Amino acid sequence: MNYTDKLTESIQTVRPSGIRRFFDIVNEMDDVISLSVGEPDFQTPWHVREAGIRSLEKGRTWYTPNRGFKELREEITKFYSRKYNISYDPLTEVVVTVGGSEAIDIAIRCMAAAGDEVLIPQPSFVCYEPLTIMAGATPVIIETKAEDNFRLTAQQLEEKITDKTKLLILPFPNNPTGAIMERADLEAIAQVIRKHDLMVLSDEIYSELTYNGKKHVSIAEIDGMRERTVVINGFSKAYAMTGWRLGYALGPAGIIEMVTKLHQYCIMSAPTTAQYAAIEALKNGDDDIKMMCEQYDMRRRLVVGTLNDMGLDCFTPEGAFYAFPCIRSTGLNSEDFCTRLLQSKHVALVPGSAFGESGEGYARLSYSYSIKHLKEALKLIKEFISEL
Amino acid sequence: MDRLLQLLSENSSLTTAELSMILGEPEDYIAAQIKEYEKSGIIRGYRAVVNWDAVPESGVVALIELKVAPQLQKGFDEFAESLLGYDEVESVYLMAGAYDLLLTVKGRTIQDVSAFVAKQLAAMNGILSTATHFMLKRYKENGVSLVDIDKKDRREMVL
Repeated sequence: MNYTDKLTESIQTVRPSGIRRFFDIVNEMDDVISLSVGEPDFQTPWHVREAGIRSLEKGRTWYTPNRGFKELREEITKFYSRKYNISYDPLTEVVVTVGGSEAIDIAIRCMAAAGDEVLIPQPSFVCYEPLTIMAGATPVIIETKAEDNFRLTAQQLEEKITDKTKLLILPFPNNPTGAIMERADLEAIAQVIRKHDLMVLSDEIYSELTYNGKKHVSIAEIDGMRERTVVINGFSKAYAMTGWRLGYALGPAGIIEMVTKLHQYCIMSAPTTAQYAAIEALKNGDDDIKMMCEQYDMRRRLVVGTLNDMGLDCFTPEGAFYAFPCIRSTGLNSEDFCTRLLQSKHVALVPGSAFGESGEGYARLSYSYSIKHLKEALKLIKEFISEL
Repeated sequence: MDRLLQLLSENSSLTTAELSMILGEPEDYIAAQIKEYEKSGIIRGYRAVVNWDAVPESGVVALIELKVAPQLQKGFDEFAESLLGYDEVESVYLMAGAYDLLLTVKGRTIQDVSAFVAKQLAAMNGILSTATHFMLKRYKENGVSLVDIDKKDRREMVL
């Protein structure tokens, strides 16, 4: 049966993820040395797992309130005020979601629809464009540049704004580039946002993983931006809790009320066990984050230093856990580089082009691996380049 | 804790160039630091972590508890130091609790270790009693797990 006329135009317009396509090949091979995974190699800290286990032992297996447990919402708002100096009301300005991903989806659906344009800086995580299309809105891509340290500039933003523009996605610290936005960058962006009366969806899932002493700054902290920003964050990256599927959205009550309404109808409530674990993570997990961040930092320096030494020009990432070397010096495009590296050395990276057309000429290398593993993979990449 | 020592204790094959990158310090500074640790005796050597259980005929190991009569002024030091020269003795610790010294002793066979305990150790001046425990299986040593529990990277490419 032909389902073309049974399926929506939107879902058929959405392209399959470039990461997935590449990894169907990887999964066919044994003995692949992967530097491709986008999640921490650490296990969830034991005290956090224990809190989840204890809740199960006590039989706490019911739905939670739609917005998430009140205690969890209180801890989330305390976290944002202690770390990023922004205060939110736990009663009306937080909703706990199934990962940051759900929060991104429902926030976009609440703020953009047919006829609206959503600005998406790329290279960036692969979900924003498809989710925008599924909301019926039109994605408008802004290509960040290596010479701007992959930051979004006010000028680039200004150039893409039309009278249809509704929302800017702000994905920093960035996957895959490792770029961050500093206060001055955000102030310049904020000025444009206020001038054109836009909203911002700030995906801050990597906010706790920043380096070189540069603490994450949320655009919601910039003057006049709290009321124009929906902040997305979660537990996956900071606390190594990817499998628990827990995230949240923070924002002005008028928006969060609507986001919660949609969340209520499509999800009801985020996983209960994960919420108990997350309360413990927020209360007693600051040292865990610090330990993991220090480990990532050491790996980051090893990876970036070694890539540059072998002639792959690598921008110094200041956030997340990815390096994004330029591979143009090899004369190959992203996909060929990654495919040939995989075939000849069994090392898997993700082609930069999977993160948008502007990622062409780059490859994403995750350093969420042990130093021993990274050394082995880097040695093979070096061999591959010297044999080209 | 000192990051350099931490890194070396986990992976002694890291070169000074690699350590320099990882720690973000100049290579000659790292080299000097390591030399200093070696000179001062903080770093005593570099060796592979071997799972002897996997090596055929690698011998047996016993933990031996010793009760010893302490000596005036010197306590247990002199007696402990007199044990260091024996090839059979792998480690010597002074303990708090029900006994005084704990040794790990290595031999080719149980008979070898027994002979060492009976003929050498027990005969030493100052020994009050010995208790010998033969090791049956190693699960973890020097912070390294020796059993292959779930080593596979189970992370999936999801997006």
